[in-house]
Amino acid sequence: MIHAKDINEHTPLEDLTPGGEIYESGTARAVDTGTWRTDTPVFIAEACKHCMLCVPFCPDSAIPVKDGKRLDFDFMHCKGCGICVTVCPFAAIKMVSGGENE
Amino acid sequence: MSKCLSGNEAVAFAMKQINPDVMGAFPITPSTEIPEYFAKYVANGEVNTEYVTVESEHSSMSVCVAAEAAGARSVCATSSCGLALMYEILYVAASDRLPITLACVNRALSGPININNDHSDSMGARDTGWIQIYAENNQEAYDNFLMAMPVGENPSVRLPVMTCMDGFITSHAVENIELLETDAVRSFVGEYSPENYLLKKENPLSVGPYDISAYYMEHKVMEAQAMKNAKARILEVAAEFEKISGRHYGLFEEYRMEDAELAMVLIGSSAGTAKATVDKLREDGVKAGLIKIRVFRPFPGEELAQALSKTKAVAVMDKSEGFSANGGPLFAETRSALYDLKERPYLIDIVYGLGGRDFKTEDAEKVFERLSNIVATSETGPVYSHMGQREREAKE
Repeated sequence: MIHAKDINEHTPLEDLTPGGEIYESGTARAVDTGTWRTDTPVFIAEACKHCMLCVPFCPDSAIPVKDGKRLDFDFMHCKGCGICVTVCPFAAIKMVSGGENE
Repeated sequence: MSKCLSGNEAVAFAMKQINPDVMGAFPITPSTEIPEYFAKYVANGEVNTEYVTVESEHSSMSVCVAAEAAGARSVCATSSCGLALMYEILYVAASDRLPITLACVNRALSGPININNDHSDSMGARDTGWIQIYAENNQEAYDNFLMAMPVGENPSVRLPVMTCMDGFITSHAVENIELLETDAVRSFVGEYSPENYLLKKENPLSVGPYDISAYYMEHKVMEAQAMKNAKARILEVAAEFEKISGRHYGLFEEYRMEDAELAMVLIGSSAGTAKATVDKLREDGVKAGLIKIRVFRPFPGEELAQALSKTKAVAVMDKSEGFSANGGPLFAETRSALYDLKERPYLIDIVYGLGGRDFKTEDAEKVFERLSNIVATSETGPVYSHMGQREREAKE
């Protein structure tokens, strides 16, 4: 059975799956979709109280959490929608123009 | 077992014998009786099918797509505008390679609104990636439905199948037909056992992903290859079916074609009418024959060209307009198929029977008369024309 990680833009059709079906889940993680971003959130770590409100609101699971701490954005998947900025009660996130992250 | 059934009841009965996992049910004339009969089987506990009533045909086909992807064998029935409303999802079913079976009871498309038979609904869906198999009568409607799943579900194919019959003419007329025993049907059709499906816990499946341009073309070529593969599979299944039923099916039926010089190519119930005309003409010494297309998708182009190669003049009968201004869809396929022959017969297209307009033995006779004039004069006349419509008498 072929896995998503073994399929790329050079794979011949004989090795692709019917209808492009994928025999595993969570494969979107492997795809860089952060390039779609036109605005970028900036995480202000010193203002963050780690209330975690932003985490479930993020439509792309682009806010990693480790040991009870909210880490900086996963820019490979953040689309810059700005929902996290709106829900943050502590002004710990701001939006800047442009898709590039520092 | 012999029984008097309408075409609709015959198909519903075939569904009952198969006992599918899911039916996406929405009524539309003239196919309404199929989900209606089937609802009775569900209510009586004669089948274990999950009967899902929905708010539109777009949804009934969506139910089938979801269920089939989940690993459940799914069926559906519709007609006319119902099929048109499914259009988007028909492509999804085929491109996701989900072998759903749909009974299409052919009816004219609106507008003007009309509930009677022609083939404009399924012909409009001819490029969706569905296999299309057409029936001449109730027996064939029953048989074709039984053969659909072994064709579509085969790993070399994995495409949805549309079995078509003529609205009212076939769907509502009652005929005495031969039914197989349910045990025989179940062992012939077998279980639906796809290698991968959504509910398989060992490897969760993702179906219908966003396909960027780096992949889309490859997937379409694979789908096209599957449609080519379907031809051999259809014949294989027909041969197996003949063993249990004694009834023979091919990609098309050749009727008195051995030495035929004049031939008619058509689809569906009109074949019965035209066969009577062929018999009459044969008695008069006219070498007339007929080809009834059973499988329109995949189109049996090479086989049809071979079957027509010895004829002198052929009339293709289109029961849908197509509005190409260059002939109907069956004509386009047939003419294209004949192009590769070294010596081609004269070929004309006649669009007939739209919205339930009658097609009688006299009409078929007129067509053969035209063919014999073409052979006598070597003049084709109008290649693409209509018959059966009222027109002012031509002035002298």
